[in-house]
Amino acid sequence: MGRVVLVTGVADQLAAEVARTLSADPRVDRVVGVDMAPTHGDLGAVRVVRADIRHPVIADLLAAEGVDTVLHMDVRAASSRTGGRGASKETYVIGTMQLLAACQRAVAVRRLVLMSSTAVYGASPRSPAMFSEESAPEGPQRSGYAKDCAEVEGYVRGFGRRRPDVSLAVLRCADVLAADLPSALARYLRLPAIPTVLGFDPRLQLLHRDDALQVLHRAAVHGAAGTFNVAGDGVLTLSQLVRRLGRPALPVPGFGVEVVGRALRRTSGIDLSADQVALLTYGRVVDTTALRETFGYQPRWSTAQTLDDFAATTGTGPLSPERLRRVERGLATGLAGRGTA
Amino acid sequence: MSEADIIQLGARGRPGRGNRGPSPSRAARSLAPPGRRASGPAPGSSVPGSTGPPFLAPVPGPDPDDASGDREGDQVLARALAFLRRRLTGDYEIDDLGFDAELTSTLFMSALRPLAERWFRIEVRGVENIPRDGGALVVANHSGTLPVDALMTVLVVHDHADRHLRALGADLVFALPFVSELARKGGVTMACTEDAERLLAGGELVGVWPEGYKGIGKPYAERYRLQRFGRGGFVSAAIRTRVPIVPCSIVGAEEIYPLIGNLPTLARLLGLPYVPITPFFPLLGPLGLIPLPSKWVIEFGEPLRTDDQPAASADDPMLVFNLTDQVRERIQLTLDRLLVHRGGAFS
Repeated sequence: MGRVVLVTGVADQLAAEVARTLSADPRVDRVVGVDMAPTHGDLGAVRVVRADIRHPVIADLLAAEGVDTVLHMDVRAASSRTGGRGASKETYVIGTMQLLAACQRAVAVRRLVLMSSTAVYGASPRSPAMFSEESAPEGPQRSGYAKDCAEVEGYVRGFGRRRPDVSLAVLRCADVLAADLPSALARYLRLPAIPTVLGFDPRLQLLHRDDALQVLHRAAVHGAAGTFNVAGDGVLTLSQLVRRLGRPALPVPGFGVEVVGRALRRTSGIDLSADQVALLTYGRVVDTTALRETFGYQPRWSTAQTLDDFAATTGTGPLSPERLRRVERGLATGLAGRGTA
Repeated sequence: MSEADIIQLGARGRPGRGNRGPSPSRAARSLAPPGRRASGPAPGSSVPGSTGPPFLAPVPGPDPDDASGDREGDQVLARALAFLRRRLTGDYEIDDLGFDAELTSTLFMSALRPLAERWFRIEVRGVENIPRDGGALVVANHSGTLPVDALMTVLVVHDHADRHLRALGADLVFALPFVSELARKGGVTMACTEDAERLLAGGELVGVWPEGYKGIGKPYAERYRLQRFGRGGFVSAAIRTRVPIVPCSIVGAEEIYPLIGNLPTLARLLGLPYVPITPFFPLLGPLGLIPLPSKWVIEFGEPLRTDDQPAASADDPMLVFNLTDQVRERIQLTLDRLLVHRGGAFS
């Protein structure tokens, strides 16, 4: 018997891609995609329903379609869409509550996969160098998106207690960086000069979209229950990121970050929220041992490869590695020639 | 106590300050790790790679065809340019905790070396007690208002035991601009159980200063009196990962910034544990930040094994407290002995 998968937030490109690959999987009978915004591109055999997950109609949909697997992806969509903090919190947190309420009634539901974010760990000088799934989320700056993620995870855990027969997987994904996926990070890294916090060089992890798709797909079809950190191997510091992209960094002293953040919001629509500033100050790295050993997936793209892939598509700035290599060669031959002459 | 069993940091087993003979004493040779710098270069010869940053050093094992100064110069230049290019294009590796081994060995250690060798004239004893490989926890006393003693210990371990000491730092280290960036790249990580156990289980040499602020910020009058050793978390970490504990006693750091007062209100305002008053700070402004040139001795004691304890004993507070006290006692006794041995603080 095949499965019926419900994917939320399919207006988001990543969710749409997961829905499409799931519908092509022979183990899956049907894929139903839900979003209140119109979807883009070819969704293949996915049945798209324009609905608001905050509306009780979702319960009827679950029952009518006989959904047994729910892939809740609204998380990312909420963060990348513009429309202010209030609106995103509303769809994301309240929507999750409604969706879970509907799932609790739906007896056919056997599996729930939540795409969460490593943002739940926050970022602070008190943080351990690497977060494992057991690390207690902490830090006084827990606000905005990080707080929403934590709340949603809390609701999902509560749902798990009330429906012990449903197998739960929470995937805490690092930032997905791809040239054609709209995200705050991608927009930030495309700025002609990248503002950084003076005196801090945070360690960051990236996730390639292929790995994100693979993990979400596997989690929906089979895969272990539990909470898993998902990120590419290895870390890069922000300065490495900026230099590999060949763009100049623009260090801003800590007290000036807010002003720059406001200016960015006005000019380029990049919303540097408090938790993103914390991330760009203190950095965040997660341990992916459980993903590899318990979940059974080895990311194919490391953090560095993900960035190089992004750089290859978007192009590098004026300080590109190739140009610096040419300068080096020129200097070496020039100076050596003078030395022997 | 004779001066013979001393390794001078600046001399590396060659005739040095403490040994006026033409060759290193037998005791000095036997203390120095075999096969390393002390293994008998002729008096006066320079040790390859010991001067200047390694990336500028000539290729080891000189090629007879390559003896011309020009070509050697070109190679050095090419290496320096390649190093610069790799740094500028971000094409270098760091580990998951942010440690940049290349930058640490080439730049940070070279910057600290003159301070250790010329200014503090650090005498290093007992390097053979540092395990050559595998995880181990170096536990040291903390003093000196600013954590110069930690920097010096990292350098001494790098130069004498040829290992990177991964220091555990307070959260303040990671909250301060510039300090946090340099600390991460230099291998420092947050002093918490998770990070300590991750490093120890990974076979790293980890350094901890369990007195914390109580030790480093104590008044000059209380010098060389050990404070409480935290809550014994470091001992639990060592037991759980079954690594030996190497006690390390540092003499000399107490005198670099003699702390005679504190501005608690200003400290609270700035969010710092203390704002020190020393005889020269803040009186002389930035000049007061120059550490006094005290004479330093760093001794690594015999390792305490933890692998003979049952694994469950990491959760036995009584046993952990006892082991903590044992480490503390050893360091205190060694400090008292080293103080007598050193004589005057600025000798």
